[in-house]
Amino acid sequence: MKNFTKHRGLVAPLYQANIDTDQIIPKQFLKSIERTGFGQFLFYDWRFNADGMPKADFVLNLPKYKNASVLLAGKNFGCGSSREHAPWSLEDFGFRVVIASAFADIFYNNCFKVGILPVILEEEKVAELVSRAEEIENYQLTVDLENCKINDSNGFETTFNVDDFRRHCLLNGLDDIGLTLQHEEKITKFEENRPAWSF
Amino acid sequence: MKTLYDKIWESHIVHAEAGKPDLIYIDLHLIHEVTTPQAFEGLRLKNRKVRRPDLTFGTLDHAIPTINRNLPFNDKIAEKQVEALRKNCAEFGVKLFDLDRIEQGIIHVFAPEQGLTQPGQTIVCGDSHTSTHGAFGALAFGIGTSEVEHVLATQTLPQRKSKNMLVKVLGELNFGVTAKDVILAIINEIGTDGATGYVIEYAGQAIENLSMEGRMTVCNMSIEAGARAGLIAPDEKTFEYLREKPFAPKSDDWKKAVENWQTLKTDKDAKFDKTVEIDAAEIAPFVTWGTSPGMSVKVSAKIPDFADAKDENERKSFERAFEYMDLQPAQKIEEIEINRAFIGSCTNSRIEDLREAAKVIKGYKISENVSAMIVPGSMQIKKQAEEEGLAQIFVDAGFEWRDAGCSMCLAMNEDILKDGERCASTSNRNFEGRQGRGGRTHLVSPSMAAAAAIAGHFVDVRNWKFNE
Ligand code: SF4
Repeated sequence: MKNFTKHRGLVAPLYQANIDTDQIIPKQFLKSIERTGFGQFLFYDWRFNADGMPKADFVLNLPKYKNASVLLAGKNFGCGSSREHAPWSLEDFGFRVVIASAFADIFYNNCFKVGILPVILEEEKVAELVSRAEEIENYQLTVDLENCKINDSNGFETTFNVDDFRRHCLLNGLDDIGLTLQHEEKITKFEENRPAWSF
Repeated sequence: MKTLYDKIWESHIVHAEAGKPDLIYIDLHLIHEVTTPQAFEGLRLKNRKVRRPDLTFGTLDHAIPTINRNLPFNDKIAEKQVEALRKNCAEFGVKLFDLDRIEQGIIHVFAPEQGLTQPGQTIVCGDSHTSTHGAFGALAFGIGTSEVEHVLATQTLPQRKSKNMLVKVLGELNFGVTAKDVILAIINEIGTDGATGYVIEYAGQAIENLSMEGRMTVCNMSIEAGARAGLIAPDEKTFEYLREKPFAPKSDDWKKAVENWQTLKTDKDAKFDKTVEIDAAEIAPFVTWGTSPGMSVKVSAKIPDFADAKDENERKSFERAFEYMDLQPAQKIEEIEINRAFIGSCTNSRIEDLREAAKVIKGYKISENVSAMIVPGSMQIKKQAEEEGLAQIFVDAGFEWRDAGCSMCLAMNEDILKDGERCASTSNRNFEGRQGRGGRTHLVSPSMAAAAAIAGHFVDVRNWKFNE
């Protein structure tokens, strides 16, 4: 697993509630059997017209947000399908951090597996960051997982919460299958006691 | 005092340690073609095996065609993905119910039908609608591909326990109101993130009265309320459904199993972190009007106006939805015309759903402005519907009658809406582009979809003139 310690990068605002994984990566791109190469399809129907030409007014197509690596989103980001292709495409496109007031459960889990840090902040703080990202040229945030802190160079500073174990795994890029296999004996023991009627 | 969820959770803990997620055992792992190739590849790279191929079952559903299955796929990329699952299952010793099998179907229709889904189990699948299996009193939830790999390798998952939420549907449902309307009403009430961080237990007379098919419909859409899983305590109906199913326990084992399953109930004084009560009599057939499953109203109502928005953010989302759906604020639902209808998906493609649709359709023809299809959830259901004469009713009315698969629920295959088409759909997601770029989806029950296909616009099925 890819690790994450501290990141500083350009911030792009996509401030809508309930952005679902079908928007993040539409289904026609889920047929690949690879784990990479999904970035080009990120937000496909929003980034491109039906003829494949970029939509000039879509936020991620604005020159101002080119190479953004921190995404601000509305609440319930990543709702819908469990497709891990969603964080794969965000990561492949260049995003390392997504900030929202709430995430859908499965998407949130998946991010940690991919090395993306999902940060939960209060709605007012997300809104504040959105207006800064819109108003300030080349607006950058520093996201520090070690200390659970976010700040910009314009006086914004806040802390965030993240599960200690997830933080530990992400900081160190741990392979959690390897961690689980340390308990192999216990798994075997559990299996010996499973009810007899189960197949 | 414990909830049903607490009980299932505790009986599956392999390892617990302060400050870390619990390691829980997985009884049943269901796999399909779309979310597994990278997981098997991961195993290969690390030289790992599938720990319990005997607890892992696969079928093909998401990207496969629903017609002309005897021919090579038109979609070569999808075919490659299907080939990958075949190869992976063969290599790792996993049982696959392939396209030539009568059992083949949508993974969440297939597993209960085969008796794989049983009370008290933990069940996972790389698919968010795994919550469906909660209808049997199993703890079932969707996972991502990395977690699929984890379960393949270890048959366990590190998980934090969610909170407990109780949704009680009190009293009896009125005529014409179905399980689909119940869950749409619940989502409308609590919101699409109303249950984020929770596992929902559904209870109350209206839930108890539902058939197993109806209970699956309710649990299926738990994810659309943000829940980790949905659960219904098993009862006689559950056992009756399971008896004699191919993978259900037999003879002495059956007796032991039922004895155990009967204990799977929330204790009387167990505490829930959140409780919601809904009056069944208040639920009517629902129709979604927007691009999120919570944007719904009763069929007899109007879609909202800007004035109904709670705040600026909601006003903006209304505006976006009106524009995408090409609807006017405060428009009447029954005035909305459709040109497509889809009856299918893991929400509503079981035999009871098809019977419900057939009752409405019998003796009618679909509107000349509408093209409509019915896609059974499994090949077994297809056969049963043909034997019961339902298929003939559909075909006589002008519906296309397809082979089993996800089909236009997510439109990964050729079953897809064209730009601007409007569809009455029994599936579970009305997101932008879900059924095809520019396509407009209205979620409804099977009888409502059937009635809309015939009338050419939404109608209140409670006033339908049924042909006996
Ligand atoms: S029918 Fe639809 S929701 Fe169900 S598993 Fe298939 S794609 Fe997912």
